[in-house]
Amino acid sequence: MRVLRPLAAVVAAVLLAYLLTTVVHNRYYYFAAYVVLQYVVLATAWNILGGYTGYVNFGTAAFFALGAYTAVVLLKTWKAALLVMVVAGGAVAGLLGLGIGYLTLRLKGVYFSIATLALAVVLQTLIMNWDYVGGATGYYAIRPRTVPLFDDYVAFLFVVMVLLAALSLSVAWAIEHSRLGRGLAAIRDNEEAAECLGVPTLRLKLLATTLSGALMGMAGAPFPYFITYIEPASAFNLDYAVNSLAMPMIGGTASWLGPLVGAVLLGTAQQVATVTISSELNLLIVGVVLVAFVILAPEGLLGLVRRRQQRRPA
Amino acid sequence: MASRLVVQEVVAGYGAVQVLHGVSLTVHEGETVILLGTNGNGKSTLLKCIMGLVRPAAGHIFLEVDGRRCDLVGRTPEEIVDLGVTLVPEGRRLFPKLSVEENLLLGAYRREARRDADTTLRYCFELFPVLAQRRRQLAGSLSGGEQQMLAIARALMSRPRFLLVDEPSVGLAPLLVRHVITQVKEMQQRYGLTVLMAEQNFHQATRIADRGYVLVEGRVVFEGASAAALGEHELVKKYYLGL
Repeated sequence: MRVLRPLAAVVAAVLLAYLLTTVVHNRYYYFAAYVVLQYVVLATAWNILGGYTGYVNFGTAAFFALGAYTAVVLLKTWKAALLVMVVAGGAVAGLLGLGIGYLTLRLKGVYFSIATLALAVVLQTLIMNWDYVGGATGYYAIRPRTVPLFDDYVAFLFVVMVLLAALSLSVAWAIEHSRLGRGLAAIRDNEEAAECLGVPTLRLKLLATTLSGALMGMAGAPFPYFITYIEPASAFNLDYAVNSLAMPMIGGTASWLGPLVGAVLLGTAQQVATVTISSELNLLIVGVVLVAFVILAPEGLLGLVRRRQQRRPA
Repeated sequence: MASRLVVQEVVAGYGAVQVLHGVSLTVHEGETVILLGTNGNGKSTLLKCIMGLVRPAAGHIFLEVDGRRCDLVGRTPEEIVDLGVTLVPEGRRLFPKLSVEENLLLGAYRREARRDADTTLRYCFELFPVLAQRRRQLAGSLSGGEQQMLAIARALMSRPRFLLVDEPSVGLAPLLVRHVITQVKEMQQRYGLTVLMAEQNFHQATRIADRGYVLVEGRVVFEGASAAALGEHELVKKYYLGL
């Protein structure tokens, strides 16, 4: 029962997205929706570690880019299928997440965040100097000319991202409704107390960092096909770190719905700004909105709604 | 059936600072033993060593159950909880953003305790009716006394045989201190617990104690075979009774 509900939601979301591609043919919408959905995945993945467990990760770009560059290696070496790239990207980034998990043994709070930021810089430098994947000049990922069932490859990428978004939301939902979620919340609220009670803190943290990293890597794996020309500066863009942190904060970090709401609102606003004014505005939008929320609604939109509801019946 | 907790010549500290200089003590099954000592003498550190939160540099800590010895040094806190030892940490350390009930259920995180979680939860609510009233409230919004009760009840949820309590009176009004200490005793009798309690409030602690140790600068300076004996020791008179 419990597993069936999110599973049904994933299948329904993918089917709906596929039906949409048979009706809407304007490619721009798929490009825009892909970016928003990619942020749904990143924000949800970030929230598993940042929101539920209380470890703020500033290195989203590292996990995302690792997924993307894993895909590049697979593409260049074996011309692998997209599905293989997504699974492998998730696995490699998940391994990096596991490593980050061991960092939490020694680094907490802001020091953990600084370490994750440094991780992104180190990884970017490594990739820039790795000629096989194009180094600093980048790599052209040529999309397959056709894909079964779809007229357009971008529409296909859009459906893949719908699948990943639904998948990560299901994972977040499942964590929230399980003992694991309560254990993670205990670590966030008071790690030492959790330890005193026999909550296996290290194991839970490793699980959270691995899951979070894997989902970010999966979001990055289709990126080379999406952008067709990938280079370190775009794959490691600071936007990923800032957005994936700001979106859950704006939506509300306490529930799986928060990152979804935040990513859809902020992601859409950025897409509109990109078309109407300039993409240079995107980080400014995030900054202003984030400051406003931290001051006016520290528990995000969902927290604001909840407080309204609690006040009404009284 | 007889079991005991033994601490032998434990040396421990944090980095370059050594806090415990060879502490030894024994707690027998069913006893309530108090650890007396003012701030900074190593009471909390000793309890943390037993719990596996601080690793001693030297010495032994073990449980003896039916003559079988089970070392605690080197084990993780999870394993130690599984062996039936739980700590009520100093300053309560609740999960402020979780509800009273969620706090309690976290006490029963281990598999053994989880099985009986419903029953234990009912016991806890019987013992502390105020927690039942507030079960959906956030732990952070409770009063100091209620928070201490929750901290004790939460430890009880893990179904311990040995309960370590670190300064339950910190930050409580005098009337509440009496109340909380009485509840520790009640619990001890009801569940046949073995209690090792660090406390600074001499009068309240000796009310429920069978025996006690006085810790000064990381050493046991006096071992009182009864609560009355503790009151007669010179150091205790000097530090606690102002005589």
